[in-house]
Amino acid sequence: MSVDKSMPILIVDDYKTMLRIVGNLLKQLGFSNIDEATDGGSALQKLRAKKFGLVISDWNMEPMTGLQLLKEVRTDTKLKETPFIMVTAESKTENVVAAKEAGVNNYIVKPFNADTLKTKIESVLGKF
Amino acid sequence: MPVPGIDADLSDRLADLRRRQNEPVAASEVAYIVEGVVRALYATGNGSTFDIKMFGEIESLFRFIQKAKSEIAALRPDQINDEQIPLATDELDAVTRATEAATQAILDEAEKLEQAAAAIGGATATAIGESVTRIYEACSFQDITGQRISKVVTTLRSIEERIDGILQAFGEELGRGPFATVSQIPEWRPKNGKPARPDAHLLNGPQMPDKASQQSDIDAILASRS
Repeated sequence: MSVDKSMPILIVDDYKTMLRIVGNLLKQLGFSNIDEATDGGSALQKLRAKKFGLVISDWNMEPMTGLQLLKEVRTDTKLKETPFIMVTAESKTENVVAAKEAGVNNYIVKPFNADTLKTKIESVLGKF
Repeated sequence: MPVPGIDADLSDRLADLRRRQNEPVAASEVAYIVEGVVRALYATGNGSTFDIKMFGEIESLFRFIQKAKSEIAALRPDQINDEQIPLATDELDAVTRATEAATQAILDEAEKLEQAAAAIGGATATAIGESVTRIYEACSFQDITGQRISKVVTTLRSIEERIDGILQAFGEELGRGPFATVSQIPEWRPKNGKPARPDAHLLNGPQMPDKASQQSDIDAILASRS
């Protein structure tokens, strides 16, 4: 099954530089329908208002962190199947384990490169 | 009630102390009273040798505390808190703002290059596109450095508030405030009063490069838990 590159993707990060970088890298990969949020709370509002095919979220944000967002998504009957990739500088084992236990689909440690982003998205959505 | 062998002034102070037993007492006042008691013991010959030695030790301890307070005062902790730490945090905030502005400017130009390359097409466009991708990747430094600076600012603010607590605990000689003992200094909380996040224990920010996990380490952890 091919990946629909017009599907909405939500990027969540409190650094506008990272929103822009991840957005540009996604555009280079051919994705065209990209939305942004700057913390978990506003991301959750967007997710409840519109169906997204993928969430790419930072962890360390205020007031709602990426992990809290992930847990909210996984406990919401309408959102719980949404693919979720964590992109974060938090690289300790306990972080990865906590994210995995909360239901993350993949985990990218910052700084990352475009190839890593592509590989992780493919592991979640399928090859493109 | 006057205590035999203790002069009237000391007796009054002790009586006053009893009346104020739930209030903070300045260390200097306690030192004065201990000195008076020790003097009285020496003068009257009351108390065992052990008691006198112990009171002598307590007096030495208070002298040590007084000396330490003088030394702390000489360090001008008020100046550290009122001037130096705010200056340092302001400078770091300025670094964050400057790097963010510079990174945004670099991204502006990289995006223009990408658009121009698309118009050119061919191998040149591909080469430019690859270079632009490397620029995007490199610009993520601003996120990492921003988080590192944020950690330093948080640390400086915690130092600032701990110094403020010490200033208050040591009373008039050093500063201000209601704390009678160091143990009464409240545990440090961020000044902005934001509630602790449930995953606060997992928010450590970027690790130092020589200690940070690589993507392959992360992948291995994920794979082991699948």
